[in-house]
Amino acid sequence: MSNEASAIAENRRRYEELKRAGQGHAPRALPGPSPRDGMPLDAIAILHRETIPGGWYWTTALKAGEALRLGLDHGPSSVALVAWSAADPSERLNYADTVKVQWTAALRKGRVLFSDMGRVMLSIIEDSCGAHDALTGGSDAASNAARYAGGPHRNTRDNLVLAALKSGLDRRDIPPCITFFAPVVVGPEGRLSWNAAGRAAGDFVDLRAEMDLTVALSNCPHPLDPAPDYAPNPVAVTRFRAPAPAADDLCRTATIEAVRGFENNAAAGF
Amino acid sequence: MTDTVTTLFDQVVPAQAPFSTLVRAGQTIRIEDMEGCQAVDTLFYRADDMGERYSSQDTVRVQGAAYVTTGTRVMSNEGRVMLVVTADSCGRHDTSAGACSCESNTVRFGHATKYLHACRENFAIEVAKYGLSKRDIVPNINFFMNVPIEQDGGLAIVDGVSAPGDYVELRAEMDVICVISNCPQINNPCNGFNPTPIRVTVREG
Repeated sequence: MSNEASAIAENRRRYEELKRAGQGHAPRALPGPSPRDGMPLDAIAILHRETIPGGWYWTTALKAGEALRLGLDHGPSSVALVAWSAADPSERLNYADTVKVQWTAALRKGRVLFSDMGRVMLSIIEDSCGAHDALTGGSDAASNAARYAGGPHRNTRDNLVLAALKSGLDRRDIPPCITFFAPVVVGPEGRLSWNAAGRAAGDFVDLRAEMDLTVALSNCPHPLDPAPDYAPNPVAVTRFRAPAPAADDLCRTATIEAVRGFENNAAAGF
Repeated sequence: MTDTVTTLFDQVVPAQAPFSTLVRAGQTIRIEDMEGCQAVDTLFYRADDMGERYSSQDTVRVQGAAYVTTGTRVMSNEGRVMLVVTADSCGRHDTSAGACSCESNTVRFGHATKYLHACRENFAIEVAKYGLSKRDIVPNINFFMNVPIEQDGGLAIVDGVSAPGDYVELRAEMDVICVISNCPQINNPCNGFNPTPIRVTVREG
């Protein structure tokens, strides 16, 4: 059909044009990891400190411009995160859009986390670790029972149910999570493995809110963590006022996709 | 053998259209890519409790691998097996890249692509029929969509690998509502820039 052939040609032409435009915006090179001990927070910027015991969860409001530091001050752990827009919790973290629009599942300093509405929820403004998992999700009662003796042990699925309910939400509101300090490696045929050397005591990540949020965190062992014992360490969380983003803010300018995401934030008044 | 198979349902889903059907425990749903290179965005909900639904991350976690193919147990957010992939002539399907939406299209392809039909629109129209809302639209399976994930995390939607007539079959382990968006995306190679019809059949056994 000539109509069909011309439609395909037109679509392909538009794709090539979009691709040229996207590639024409040279992405900024992302920096290496933040130094583990080199970035103390200014005491005057600190709003709240929380220590999440191993196996537990925590929820917090996080206003635009505030940030959370997640710190492995007490030894290795993994921290699963979900986030909802405070103004409309049906807008929530979308890991699939996050990895798809940024062309990578490797989340680290300079990357951003997207909602399902094409807007940026959180920016990774500092990160000493660079080994985080968006693909596998958290533990549940069954995965813990299969892995560890002497249970039951607390798990991320139930933690996120509790966090959602205490935020006035329910299980239908729980999106898939992103787990920080979870060095999952994707191998041939998509096989997943764990690189224990990918995180260490002292690692931290700073996440800046780009809209008013409700954030839930779960501090449980990642389901791919091969450690035989259930022994998550406490995680140190600090809520602080982030420095105001400069015009050349890394997360806001690193890629054309981030630029357009922030344009969507601005259009929504965030 | 053939004459003992009871086909309960057989429908062509037009290009770009939404679709849903009930698949009872023990029945098999077959999705055929009639013309090849057509992404089929698919979600599953437990029929008698739709707060229990497909979970991409639990599916990936349980099998320890990122792609969907024969043998994959399709898991729910409650950690239960919803369906099992029993046949797959294509070999690899994505479940990490989610569905296209008007909103994410603006980020990926530019603001000029906002007013183009998208899978999220199809999902919203279809799940609304069951009293569900945007809260219930979670990351899906993309049958016949090729999204290789590199060791460094790199990930991109590349040309589809399905040929005309390729199919995937799943046997339901519980009564499920299957919701499909026959992907209308024309801004990347997932549909060969030309969305085409698919065929869905449900049979006993």
